[in-house]
Amino acid sequence: MSVVTNTTTIGAIELPSRRNTELMLLVFAVVIPIFAYANVGLAIHGELPPGMLAYGGGLAVLAGLAHFVVRRYAKYADPLLLPIATLLNGLGCVLIWRLDQSERLQNLAKRSFGAFSESAPRQMMYTAVAIALFAAVLLLLKDHRTLQRFTYISMAAALVLLILPVIPGLGADVFGAKIWISVAGFSIQPGEFAKIVIAVFFAGYLMVKRDALALASRRFMGLYLPRGRDLGPILMIWAMSLLILVFENDLGTSLLFFGMFVIMLYVATERTSWIVIGLLMSVGGAVVVGTFASHVQARVNAWLDPFGCYTTSGACEQVGQSIMSFGSGGVLGTGWGQGNSDLIGFAANSDFIFSTVGEELGLSGVMAFLLLYGLIIERGVRTALAARDPFGKLFAIGLSGAFSLQIFVVAGGVMGLIPLTGMTMPFLASGGSSVLANWALIGILIRISDTARRPAPAPAPSPDSEMTQVVRPS
Amino acid sequence: MSELTLTVMRLGFLAVLWLFVIVAVQVIRSDLFGTRVTQRGSRRGSGAAAPQAAGRQAAGPPQQRQRRGAPTKLVVSEGTLTGTTVALAGQTITLGRAHDSTIVLDDDYASSRHARIYPDRDGQWIVEDLGSTNGTYLDRTRLTTPTPIPPGAPIRIGKTVIELRK
Repeated sequence: MSVVTNTTTIGAIELPSRRNTELMLLVFAVVIPIFAYANVGLAIHGELPPGMLAYGGGLAVLAGLAHFVVRRYAKYADPLLLPIATLLNGLGCVLIWRLDQSERLQNLAKRSFGAFSESAPRQMMYTAVAIALFAAVLLLLKDHRTLQRFTYISMAAALVLLILPVIPGLGADVFGAKIWISVAGFSIQPGEFAKIVIAVFFAGYLMVKRDALALASRRFMGLYLPRGRDLGPILMIWAMSLLILVFENDLGTSLLFFGMFVIMLYVATERTSWIVIGLLMSVGGAVVVGTFASHVQARVNAWLDPFGCYTTSGACEQVGQSIMSFGSGGVLGTGWGQGNSDLIGFAANSDFIFSTVGEELGLSGVMAFLLLYGLIIERGVRTALAARDPFGKLFAIGLSGAFSLQIFVVAGGVMGLIPLTGMTMPFLASGGSSVLANWALIGILIRISDTARRPAPAPAPSPDSEMTQVVRPS
Repeated sequence: MSELTLTVMRLGFLAVLWLFVIVAVQVIRSDLFGTRVTQRGSRRGSGAAAPQAAGRQAAGPPQQRQRRGAPTKLVVSEGTLTGTTVALAGQTITLGRAHDSTIVLDDDYASSRHARIYPDRDGQWIVEDLGSTNGTYLDRTRLTTPTPIPPGAPIRIGKTVIELRK
């Protein structure tokens, strides 16, 4: 009787690994950017762009490599994360290439820097490096729980990463924000990597302290107020994010850090009071900084009335032009390569790249992009729900929370919903650090989701099923 | 490039982009209803549907076994093997201490070939005592002839109790 042994329990149906679904979506995700690329070439030059085969082939090879690594090393991972990230990254390259073709931007660059260099080939190179990093994350990080051992080391590492740009000689002050460091000719944005590293610290710390934070509290006016010594860490993070703001003029990163900590605190303790406290503290911090820091003040003015100070302030001009480009896009957009979002000029292909989406693809394109980002966040939260260990849960929530805050801060900034901050749209914007950090983030989420969705191992066979024990005198 | 081509491409691109979003949402739809349960249901459902589609000319036990309300698994509810489950797939299940039995009983009161459970031609499961020393009991009565098993009735062999469940 080969059907059963006496240890058979109700057979666990093996979850499908869904790798073929991923491959199908991935093919789709490579074809769409090639279509967009051809569309840009036809619209601007009236012919198919010469680099189309090389570009499409390159994207396909990178996507294929990433898929192979996932299939081999993270078999049960979520099927959506990789295709959506590939699609966004591919479309980001097309957007950057499209802005490279703009004569206005070329002339602007020649006037400001003396020479114009294309950003799209550089972005493709960064993408290749980022896919390599993604593969390295999956290969080296066999189990995300090993990161738990580095809780306090990662706190120190994150602080160092954040402080680096302020160090004289290493940091580079680029257009008012000190968030870059230049190493060997490359400028790196350490804040992008710090957001992943600090998520490790928050997850490890909160996993240990969650009970103290959740239970030891006094009730006051319907809110659970934590004890002073438990409030310490949140105050420290708050002070840290304010210091970043003061010294580096980086509104976005400080918002990201503080917001991520509040989200993870709320998830770990299930206490609404943390959200109330966090919101109050961020409002207080924003008011203080907005009143005293001139850099932030200019941004706030540009946000309140972008057209009032349109001709007097550079910040207002950018926000105003960004809003105009969203407006001129309408519902269906002007079509690839036919908008005038390059009028934004400076930072058109990094901070303001979403305005190009708004103008050339219109409201429907913007909604599709936001939904794609939303799907990545949803998969991250879903991974957190499915994860079996508390560290993995908190880590996944922290990473997807940071990702969603970044989308909100950038998209809200260019649309005029909140004051503009110098952050990059993940996967779309030109910039190596952002692409690298976000692919690493996707790699970690894929690793956690693989662990979470992997079927439980078969129960150990009971000793009674051994042949030696069965044969006995009857 | 003609205006028409560009308009078609513009709308086409948006359509393709949204198609991707919709396909992606379709992929995660399975999460909403729970992967595991759905698949078990569909697998069993397709298994039941296939023989019906094959026609009624070959009226054998495998098709009728799948009728509604038929037990699908055998569960050991008492004794040393408590919790053991065997799927009922139309085969005869033998019970006893002999190591080639389907369920090897580790029970001092069981004979080496104690009893067997098999489906008859109508798909009804029958339990038959194979001349055991201490007997097989259905509910409280000792079996003397092959007897159909009512749903949920406990079958006792020595210290072991088994049941058929859906």
